[in-house]
This record gives sequence, structure tokens and C-alpha cells, in this order.
Amino acid sequence: MNVVNNKWIGQRTIRPDGVDKVTGRAAFAADTTMPGMIWGKVLRSPHPHARIKSINTAKAERLPGVKAVVTSRDIVDFTIEKGAVMLGIQDMRWMCRNVMARDKALFPGHPVAAVAATTEAIAAEACKLIEVDYEVLPWAIEIDDALKPDAPILHEFNRFDGKPSNIMGRIESRKGDIAQGFKDADIVIERSFTTRPVHQGYIEPHACLISVAADGKTTIWSSSQGQFMVRAMSSMLTGIPQSDIRAIPAEIGGGFGGKTIVYLEPLATLLAKKSGRPVKMVMTREEVMRATGPTSGSKSTVKIGAKKDGTIVAAHGSFYLQAGAFPGSPIRGAVGCSFAPYDIPHVLSEGFDVCSNRSKVAAYRAPGAPIGAYAVECVLDELAEALKMDPLALRLKNAAKEGTKAAHGPVFPRIGYIETLEAAKNHPHYAAPLGKYQGRGVASGFWFNAGGESSAQVNITEDGNVVVTTGHPDIGGSRAGIANICAELLGIDYKRVSVIIGDTQTVGFSNLTGGSRVLFASSMVVTQAADKVIATLRERAAKIWEIDPEAVKWENGAAHPVSPNAGQFEPLTLADLAEKAPLQGGPIGASVQLNTQGAEGGFGTHICDVEVDVDLGIVRVIRYTAVQDVGRAVHPSYVEGQLQGGVAQGIGWALNEEYIYNKDGKVDNPGFLDYRMPVCSDLPMLDCALVEVPNPKHPQGVKGVGEVPLVPVMAAVANAVHNALGKRFYSLPMSPPKVSAALDAPAQQAAE
Amino acid sequence: MPKLHVTTFVNGEPVEFLCEPYETMLDALRGQLGLTGSKEGCASGDCGACSITLDGRLICSCLMLAAEAEGHEIRTIEGMAKGDKLHPLQQKFLEHAALQCGICTSGMLVASEALLAKNSNPTEEEVRFWLAGNLCRCTGYDKIVRAVMETAAEMREMRP
Repeated sequence: MNVVNNKWIGQRTIRPDGVDKVTGRAAFAADTTMPGMIWGKVLRSPHPHARIKSINTAKAERLPGVKAVVTSRDIVDFTIEKGAVMLGIQDMRWMCRNVMARDKALFPGHPVAAVAATTEAIAAEACKLIEVDYEVLPWAIEIDDALKPDAPILHEFNRFDGKPSNIMGRIESRKGDIAQGFKDADIVIERSFTTRPVHQGYIEPHACLISVAADGKTTIWSSSQGQFMVRAMSSMLTGIPQSDIRAIPAEIGGGFGGKTIVYLEPLATLLAKKSGRPVKMVMTREEVMRATGPTSGSKSTVKIGAKKDGTIVAAHGSFYLQAGAFPGSPIRGAVGCSFAPYDIPHVLSEGFDVCSNRSKVAAYRAPGAPIGAYAVECVLDELAEALKMDPLALRLKNAAKEGTKAAHGPVFPRIGYIETLEAAKNHPHYAAPLGKYQGRGVASGFWFNAGGESSAQVNITEDGNVVVTTGHPDIGGSRAGIANICAELLGIDYKRVSVIIGDTQTVGFSNLTGGSRVLFASSMVVTQAADKVIATLRERAAKIWEIDPEAVKWENGAAHPVSPNAGQFEPLTLADLAEKAPLQGGPIGASVQLNTQGAEGGFGTHICDVEVDVDLGIVRVIRYTAVQDVGRAVHPSYVEGQLQGGVAQGIGWALNEEYIYNKDGKVDNPGFLDYRMPVCSDLPMLDCALVEVPNPKHPQGVKGVGEVPLVPVMAAVANAVHNALGKRFYSLPMSPPKVSAALDAPAQQAAE
Repeated sequence: MPKLHVTTFVNGEPVEFLCEPYETMLDALRGQLGLTGSKEGCASGDCGACSITLDGRLICSCLMLAAEAEGHEIRTIEGMAKGDKLHPLQQKFLEHAALQCGICTSGMLVASEALLAKNSNPTEEEVRFWLAGNLCRCTGYDKIVRAVMETAAEMREMRP
């Protein structure tokens, strides 16, 4: 730990991009124009599953105002036979087919063609003139339907257990021998659960503005969770080399994982190239809901065996997750995270990746982990009840700690899970009285967290201030965290540090904003760059004073002799040294590029109180406390913000949010009115208790914090509902019709 | 049908523009008038990211036709600060970290200002129900509600 004084780390500073965002100046993806700009629109399949026999664009091309039309013929094909071409976790074989259907349309909303025209209205009109000859095929959306022996197969080449199948893959984590483990158990509880697909729900629809010059030089202005991802995918799908694509990260209006892949950028790039005009494309909310990745719906079975004293001896989880049209559901998160909070000798956790005729899933906050934790943490609640144990005591008895080997592989270093359980147990919330139809539930959760590639530059301006450039789009306030750390390291006022997000051609490669990696990884590279700058500053001072650089220390924003023995000199401030820089060796700055390592997993424990309106079946969350080991809260307000935001999303997932499909296989609620995310009046204040167990592998002790807060929520709510009503719900959402039906059930039985 | 000529006031300034009869106020603001602080999240009046006031009344600009602005007074997020002096709500949103991605922030601020104009001493419940038409997916609303309540308290103190 090279930070000791903490003047800025841990302070609730004003975020660098704040004033722009409260005054409406901040430029998001849809906020920019270019001279000569035209508009692009996408024609989408109305069918859940159809072979595309032919596409005729002639009439559309003849419509006055239309400047270009593209179809899958214009997009680079990554053929299935040649095998996987991976970009991060995405296989470009599926990505090229997801941005534009090739031989088959696999979900309603799947792009089939795109048009650019002088106005949006003309582009929309032209889409209607494109003639697509479809052979409509049988379809399957729900997991059970996709797994039937006679189910329509989305990808005919695929075999599972030697037969054509919609199961695209299976993974497992295994430890010990579960057969033996269950034999050792005094009590075994096995339950099955389902969850519905839910959308990330970012308020900003996908948008981009792209220009391609005659020489191929391409400028992409778009909002995403990674400008380098946008550049690489757009390059691979259009054939334009990465060196010719400048992807500029606009401010991003929420992502939550959903903006880690491209939808519009390759289409707009091709339209811009064909038309010679800058092309703007903006999705409607309906397009976002129909055609961009929600997370999986799921079907899980979890079996846990324990001794009478509460010691868990065996656990088996099987998790079937909907991938949507193409392989890639987040089974790794469900399989790896679900049992990770517990030290269990015998574990088998397996995941199945199931394709079906709905939009391809995209990452959503701790992808897969909340689905698995919902099942595991609900079974643990039943286990505690059966054993007459306090649910937190049961978790404490089995909690993973330093040295525990997780089923997914790693041996945990110093972790803070036990601390979160103890903090929850000691929190006043846990002992507060409850009223009629009120109940309390607890649940825990884990997320891997991530490191990976990051680059940063720290440059000293001529007037002695600091500009930090990183390569990660800032969604939740990461610029503020970086500014706090940089001010701390350089010993200067926070306001003298300006943090910006570079575009792909001005800062080194930086991987996605995702996996709760940004502050962990970028502060690691910024720290190393700042250390280099400080070394330069000490050398400059040493040169001026004609002493050894080792005899110079950097403190409170200035060079000082380490001791009177080194000589008597007036301190040289950052401004002094910046002013003298031209004569002392030139500009002062450093850049660092790393594949960062050492992101340790994060744990949280939540307490939820609900009140059920038994007449209407409405469950309301009336009090909520999220406890989490956050490593080091560099900017506590934005750490709390991550916790509160994750909790709100989880409450929505637990109580209301779901995709509803009609009999034609189309999403029936593709808007914010019917896809009901929590609004302000649905929620109470969301309390946070930050536990700080510093990450020993990070210079400031940082751990990722963004994903964990969603993981425990659905189970915490479900366990609270059980506590209130004495009834358990094994499927989400616990929406009013479902709760009403359950409340009416005994009365019906009595009547029968 | 020819374009319509509209004369109105936006943030106290006289403006004129031409619009299609079907064009929304939000499109006119963002397009012709270059005021992109109001955002389009849904175009159906469900998210509130496009909140403005029309003669002091809070509305979703995506649900208003641009032509309806004729002769009225529109206020948007761009008119909230006075020069380089932020409105107390803007300042409090910054201090409370009541924004993360910022896409809902313009609408939240416009809606909150409209609330405080009607009710200088709102309860938490009143704030929550007033802002129920403004979706935020990042914050869970906690810090937004706190910022509005605290601004209201400060503004009450500042008044004689």
C-alpha cells in the first residue's frame, strides 16, 4: 500500500464530469451531428424463426432520398465451419449473424437490412419497400420448449449427446464427490426455480454517428462500454483496418453489461461507406427491448445436504440458461459464483447454454450469478428453517475464508465475506421489529471481479496541473475515483487533476468497462504512471539542486530534500518544475499499459424487509440494507451508488420485471409502461454498510464493487416474502397476479 | 403538408423554428434548436428523460407537438443555471452524487424544480411520487430523493 495520508482517497469529491451532466451539456451518443449527416434505419424480422429465401432492395434504393442499403452480403462472414473467432468472450461467428441475419432470422427484431436516407422518415419508408421472402419455421422461446425432443433446432450443425440440439454447451465446476457428500448428510433439500428474462434497462437507447471518408478513415461516435470493442468489432465486420477507425466514446447513458457488444456501429459504418455521408442511427425503445440483449431466463435445480449442526457437506446445482438466438448465455457466472461464498467439501455445479428464438443475451451485472444465487440462497433459507438455525448463523458456519478452495478453482486470499455476515448480523436492521404481513429475508452473493488490459497517461500541463487519460468509458463515476487517487499520489488539490476518457487513437488499448474491473485496473495503471511522473519530478529537482535523485522526496505536491543532510533547498512545486521543464529535459508525463492481475472476488450480504398487501398481492420492499466488502471505498458516494443501483435492479427482477411473449412469439411488453422497472415511489431508502477489507494485490486496496450488489437481491426478497406469508415462491417475478394466486390457493382448496 | 412556423419562448429567449406537423417538441428542441440536454429514452412518456415545463407545468416533451409551443413559454435544463451559477438543485445533485450515468439527470432536475415551485416543503413520499415519472436505472433513487429534500430545506432557509 503506497498511500498513507489519504487526503483524497475516501473523500466525496465532486465528479469531474458532474457539471456537464447537471446542466445538460454532456454529449451522449444521440446528441451529436455532423455536416451532411443522414439517417439510418434497420428493417427487422417480424418472425421468431424464418429462413430468408431472398431479399430484394431495388424498390427501396429507388426511393428519392435513399442513399444506401446494406444487407448481410455487405458484412464480413465468419463461417461456422471455420470455427470460433473470439473477441473477448464473443464469437464473431455469432456476432456477424446477430448484427444482420444471414440464412435465417432467429428472433422477432433480428436485423435483415438497413437503409440510410436524408431523413428518418424516408429511411423508415424505404425499409417498408424492401421485399423479404421468408419461409416461416416453427419456433421455441421457453427453455422447456427448446429442449423437447421434437423442438425446432436453431443451429442445425449443433449436436449435444450426439443428437441435434438447442443445448449449445455445458460447463461444470467440480470438487470432491457429491455422491459421498449427500451420503454424509443428515438433511437434504432439493428445489427447482425459474427466472424470466429481464433487460438491463439503460435509459439511453443504443445510438451512433459514423463517418467514413473516401480514403477509408472512419470516425465512430457512439456510446458503449468499450470504444476498443467498438473499433475491433466494427473492423472485423466491415473489413476496415483498426488503424483507420477512430472510435470516440460518447458519454454513456447506462449499460449494465448491455453495451459490451455492437448492434448499430457495423451497419452505420457500411451505410456511411456506401453513401459517402455521415450516418446517424438511434434505436427506439421498442427496438432496444426487442433486439438487444436482456439477460437469460433460467431453470435451475439446487440440492444441498448438511449435517444436523448446520455444516454443509454437499451441493449440486444445475443451471439451464437461455442464450437467445446465439450461444453464449452467462452459465459461467451461474456455475462459478453460486456456491462460492461457502466452504463445501463436495460440489458439482453445472450449466447448460440453451438457444431459443429470442434476442441474443448480453451481459447484465454479474452475468449469471444472480440467477444461481437466487436458487442457492433460497434453498439455504429453507435449510436454516429446517435446522431451526438463524439464516446468517448458517451462512457464518459455512462461510468461505482465506484458504478456502472454491469449486470454480481459486484458493481465496484474504477476503471479507465473514465480515459482511457479521456486519449484517450486528446491524440494527436485523433486530428491528416487524409488523403484520411484514417479513425479513437475507441472502449473500459473490462475483469474480476482473482485471485485464488497461492503459493510462498522466501528463503534467505547462502550468503545473495534471491531465489523466484512461481508456474506459465512465458509467458510474470512475473518473472521480481516478481523480481522487491521482490527487493523493501527487499530493495536490483534487481540482488540479482533470480526468478524461481517450478515444481509440489517443490512448492505448483498454478492455471493456465491465466485470467490475474499471477502477481496479485503471487505478493500477494510473498509479504506476503517477509513480513514473514522480520519479521524473524528483530527478528534475535533483538536477536543479545538483544532488542525487535519491536525496529528493516528493511530498505535498513538491520536491523536498529527504533530510537536512541532503542540502538546504526551498521546495520545488509541481508548477515550478513544470515551468522549468523545457530546459530540464522536456515535457513531464508517463504512460503505462498493463494486463492487470489480482482482481479478487467480492462478497455481499443483504437484508430485506417486505410488506405484502394481501388484498392486491403487491409486495413492497419497506427497508433494505446492503452490506458488502468493497476493498477500499475510493469515493464512498459512488460505491454506495453502485450498491443502491444494483439493489434497485434486483428488486425489479424479483417483483415485476419480465419479458412477456404473445402467441406469435413476439415480446408483448416492449416499452417502459409494461416492462415495469422500479420507479421512485416503489422503493424505500436503500441503506449501505461498506466493509473495507483491502485487496492485498492492489496499490490502494481496490476491489470491484459494481456487480456484487445485484447478486443476492432476488433471494433476499423471496426469503422476506416467505417470512411474511409463510409461502415460498420458486419462480420470478413475484408479481401481484402470482402472489394473489398463491394467497388465494388455500381458500380455493378449502372450497374444493 | 408544408412545415409550420412556430414562434415561442425557450428559457426566456424568443425563438422561431419550422417544424413538421407531426414533429414532437423534443425533436424540435434537440434538432432545430440544438438543445440536446433533454433526452429521449422512450418517446412514449414513460421515462421522463425529456421533461420540460410548458408555462410552468411539468410535461414530457416527447408527448407534445412542437407546433403546440406557439405563443407559450418553454423551460428546459439548459435554462436552469443562471450563467455560471448553478441552481441549488444542480449543486446538491453534485454534492450527493445523485447521478451516475447522467442520462436521466436533466429530466430529474427539471421535474424536481417543478416540484419545489409547487411545494417548498415536500415529504419523502411526496418527492417519491412526484418523481415516479422519471426513471433512473443507476441510482436506486436514494441519493436523488435526499438531494431534493435537502435542497428544499436549504431553499426554505434562504427565503426571508
